[in-house]
Amino acid sequence: MDKTKLSVVIFILSESIFFIFLIAAYVFFHGRHLQGMDAHAFLDVPRTGFFTAILLASSVTMMVAMMFFRKEKFRLMSFFTFLTILLGAIFLYGQGSEWWGLIQQDVTISRNLFGATFFTLTGFHGFHVFVGLIMLTIIWGFTLKGNKCLPKENAVDSISLYWHFVDGVWIVVFTVIYLWK
Amino acid sequence: MNEAVLVPEVNESLPSIRSNEGMLAWVASVDHKQIGILYLLTALLFFLVGGLEALLIRIQLFFPNSAFLSPEMFNQIFTMHGTTMIFLVLMPMLFGLATYVVPLMIGARDMAFPRLNAFSFWIFCFGAFMLNFSFVSGGSIGNGAPDAGWFAYAPLTEVPFNIDPGMDYWALGILGLGVSTLTSSLNLIVTILKYRVPGMTMTRLPLFVWMVLITAFLAVFALPSLNASAILLLFDRKLHTMFFLPQLGGDPVLWQHYFWFFGHPEVYILILPAFGVISEVIPTFSRKPIYGYEFVAGSAVAIAFLAFGVWIHHMFTVGLGQGIYFVFAATSMLIAIPTGIKIFNWIATMWQGNIRFTTSMMFATAFIIEFTVGGLSGVAFATIPIDWQLTDSYFVVAHLHYVLFGGTVFALFAAIFYWFPKITGKKLNERLGKWQFWLTVIGFNLTFLIQHFLGIIGMPRRVYTYPDEPLWTPLNQVSSIGAFLLGIMVLMFLVNLIYSLKRGEIAGDNPWDGSSLEWATSSPPPPENFTKVPPIKSRRPLWDINHG
Repeated sequence: MDKTKLSVVIFILSESIFFIFLIAAYVFFHGRHLQGMDAHAFLDVPRTGFFTAILLASSVTMMVAMMFFRKEKFRLMSFFTFLTILLGAIFLYGQGSEWWGLIQQDVTISRNLFGATFFTLTGFHGFHVFVGLIMLTIIWGFTLKGNKCLPKENAVDSISLYWHFVDGVWIVVFTVIYLWK
Repeated sequence: MNEAVLVPEVNESLPSIRSNEGMLAWVASVDHKQIGILYLLTALLFFLVGGLEALLIRIQLFFPNSAFLSPEMFNQIFTMHGTTMIFLVLMPMLFGLATYVVPLMIGARDMAFPRLNAFSFWIFCFGAFMLNFSFVSGGSIGNGAPDAGWFAYAPLTEVPFNIDPGMDYWALGILGLGVSTLTSSLNLIVTILKYRVPGMTMTRLPLFVWMVLITAFLAVFALPSLNASAILLLFDRKLHTMFFLPQLGGDPVLWQHYFWFFGHPEVYILILPAFGVISEVIPTFSRKPIYGYEFVAGSAVAIAFLAFGVWIHHMFTVGLGQGIYFVFAATSMLIAIPTGIKIFNWIATMWQGNIRFTTSMMFATAFIIEFTVGGLSGVAFATIPIDWQLTDSYFVVAHLHYVLFGGTVFALFAAIFYWFPKITGKKLNERLGKWQFWLTVIGFNLTFLIQHFLGIIGMPRRVYTYPDEPLWTPLNQVSSIGAFLLGIMVLMFLVNLIYSLKRGEIAGDNPWDGSSLEWATSSPPPPENFTKVPPIKSRRPLWDINHG
């Protein structure tokens, strides 16, 4: 494994621990059935399920983009990178609108432990998605210029690894927050 | 040195240290040697700050019922003393040493990510100054430094109990330091795994590099928990969440779990590189290869794994249940085994060696003794009833200083006397060094040995003053006198640094007849570290050449 990918893999391991602690905080308080954890009722599971599917689809498009990158078909790679960015952005829109809806109903980060754990966890995940989108946008910008400016395979591969990681974290978050009553 | 091997990764041009003299050459540097020196100098600055805070504590405790410091001020001083010494002195000293020495030891030109290296240092500075800026941030008593102890137990750190901004600065500062340690560890891991010169297999790696590698992995897995804790605390204080606020359903014990999940591996982050230093210094000055290389490296890996399974021994008085406590008492005691193995390795290395007692070697030898005392009181604490009796007493203060001062600081002095010639080209003055050594040993044991007894007769830690109970006053006074001897020792060390920089004996490339690669290049090394690296055919490439 080259140095760029190795560093990203170790970074991802470290980030996983970080998310485990945020998820553990949610599990810790959710498991106690405290009063005030009932705000779970405000969540629209099928709607977020739809956006979850969107995010998972973005992982697939990312893989396709990488495939075309390796085959040196840069126009197709450019298209699929753009598609990945689009899907990621739709996911963020979904999360943003969900947040907005909850805040309208006065479910905020400071209302109760559900709000605190929910907004912290989904917020940090959303932030990671956002960072991923910035990196993907940079890659996409390079692909528009053709193969001349593109970074080496390991760099693009590292970003795609990070993107899959962000998706993986969401699967856990979705399972724990939305599917666990 | 025939059969030269090329240094890897020569495709990128490296910045020259001398082409651009002046401050900018340092501030804008991405050279691992310059960044290493910056780390060491910044840590030295904070060592003086933290030392001054320690002296203030000892002045306050010299007399019973003393009013030298107000209680509020005392809380801030001991909190900042602990936080400073751990995060702004020991960690940057060890990481700075690693940043300087590791690429040299493995025959690399620089770290794997030189810019990330600079980022790690400057974000460390940012966190360090953020933390200390709290002193002038203003609060209800005029200065608002954090005042809840270095482990910042909730809910004392929460707004209802702590309105001053100190804890905000603490959380933000810690976050900066956490990010710095993470990125620096990442960099060290990749450097060690990827940038070794051909022939430098993992089983030929110098033990200091092994220890740094294990430490870096520890940091990668432990620091996220500190970062998460700092963020949740900051959210509690600034966004009015209630993670650690019991009156709103939160749980202060959660803070303890999160903090100590980081906090205990942190202890090994502070001691493993020290083990590495000792494992370099003792073989060099005993003129023997290390005894049981595999066991030194292997036992450190064992310590690293165990490190994540002992954090609850910091919480024996919380009341989590007997079953849990038995498990964690057992795992805590288990750590004594791999640690003990190392002690035997070092003694066996010295055994029948042709020992040269330089200052560095004297500090390394004293390390074995002082650290063993700290290790033994650690095993005592793993015994639950003893912990119940002695927790939060001066016995804890004595224990942790035997480990971190008698252990890490002694090793750091050994390291500085050992590598100063490589870093500057001049030797530190040995005569001053030996004076400093004896002053350290006497001052250290006067200050802290006595605190075991203070703890046993019941003096709680972190109290700003005490009544004139029998024995309490004289014992505290002895401890304070010892602390002032340590203060003189530090001044002597500073004099030695400045004197030796100006008129120290010229060291030459390999003043100690060392056997690892950093001694193969000039002192100080050129910007590219090596023009040629000698062939690596064993664990002691230089010994092979010089005594082959």
